[in-house]
Amino acid sequence: MAMDGNKITETVSWRNITEGCKIEAAGNSRLFNTGDWRVDTPVFIAEKCRQCLLCVSVCPDSSIPVDNYQRGDFDFMHCKGCGICAKVCPFGAIEMKMGER
Amino acid sequence: MSIKDRLSGNEAVAIAMRQINPDVMSAFPITPSTEIPQTFSSFVANGQVDTAFIPVESEHSAMSAAIGSQAAGARSLTATSSCGLALMWEVLYVAASNRLPIALALVNRTLSGPININCDHSDSMGARDSGWIQIYSENNQEAYDNFVQAYRIAEHAAVRLPIMICQDGFITSAAVENIELLADRDVQGFVGEYHPESYLLNSKQPLAIGPYAVSAYCMEAKRAQLEALKNAKQVTLDVAKEFAALSGREYGLFEEYKLADADYAMVIIGSAAGTAKDAVDQLRAAGQKVGLLKIRLFRPFPGEEIAAALQKSKVIACMDRTESFNGRCGPLGAEVKSALFDAQLMPPVINYVYGLGGRDVTVEDFITVFAQLAEIEQTNDGGKKYRYLSLRE
Repeated sequence: MAMDGNKITETVSWRNITEGCKIEAAGNSRLFNTGDWRVDTPVFIAEKCRQCLLCVSVCPDSSIPVDNYQRGDFDFMHCKGCGICAKVCPFGAIEMKMGER
Repeated sequence: MSIKDRLSGNEAVAIAMRQINPDVMSAFPITPSTEIPQTFSSFVANGQVDTAFIPVESEHSAMSAAIGSQAAGARSLTATSSCGLALMWEVLYVAASNRLPIALALVNRTLSGPININCDHSDSMGARDSGWIQIYSENNQEAYDNFVQAYRIAEHAAVRLPIMICQDGFITSAAVENIELLADRDVQGFVGEYHPESYLLNSKQPLAIGPYAVSAYCMEAKRAQLEALKNAKQVTLDVAKEFAALSGREYGLFEEYKLADADYAMVIIGSAAGTAKDAVDQLRAAGQKVGLLKIRLFRPFPGEEIAAALQKSKVIACMDRTESFNGRCGPLGAEVKSALFDAQLMPPVINYVYGLGGRDVTVEDFITVFAQLAEIEQTNDGGKKYRYLSLRE
């Protein structure tokens, strides 16, 4: 059977929805936009960052992408704005903007 | 090829399970269904089946384990009664919404309280809206036959829903009756091997079962689930036809007993139907046109067919072995009246509550019911539409 996560979408009719909403594909939770739950938004200030990666390990939603030991800007499709990263950052490289997307 | 034996209803169901040889049974003991997992676990211990038996710590765990194993791809079952079913409640809905064809042998016992271990239908009737297929049995033979047919209905591609095979606690579960069993190979041939289309242990097909369904999905999922449940009606008939060819015993959505020309009809579920048939026979012998409709399939409810079968009845009694606490009717009464209303049939329907907590119900009690139906027609006075049978006033 084909691996196809697209059988179940927000526009599918009841006649075509998968049995029990099962998803016939792996690793597709990244497609689910949970970032739109966010109230406060972290801002990454790259020049202050020393790449200690403390923020990466505490992020509950894996919303800080890392490439070759370097963190990049936030993944706002999944960041819920909890602010833990800003709290642990020793260098003030993350600021929370109240109420901003 | 039938084998004559004498068995309790519990033993009969345990033997059906042995013949089916499922992959997993998870169960927790509760009166009066304990004998089913007890007997079946001896089959496991004796090597007569190769089922994994999981002695879990509660009924919530029993159903959860059945859900997990069925999702993994294993044909799974369990058995319970009363408060055991109540403790499964949360996960009953999960089994149904995840479209897992688990079989549950339910031995009907009242829900507490007052605390009581005897038969009524409050347990399964409470679970009637959980999305499970529900089939009820009058006697040990029917409990066995219905269980043999269970997986064929539940696993059908157009259905894929869990199924509850119900029998009356103690009255049929503990009483020993003559029974005709099918040969093991006949049951195995009839039920067949379980080959799920998708299952979690299939490494070739990544699969998520039971994901969170936000409001954009939930209604479509429920509507699709309803369609599958509705499909169970025709599948139940098709499977019964095949079963009749194998066993010589015929089943439908319900049984009509001397109903075709009956002026006064009784609609009833479970073992008391046998007692009521004796009342029908006695009154027929005295020249009275009375008849009976015994529910087999309660979920999905075959409303159109039942209304058609009752269309010539002048007065109807609906017998509920549970109290719904709505002050108007029991669950069977509500379903039958709704089906008659939709068919634009308006006969007086008297809804009786009987047999709660194992209260005995006799042929004389049912003769009294038919006498009340006759009186209602003659006096054109329905009186109270919701009554208790054999209650001390």
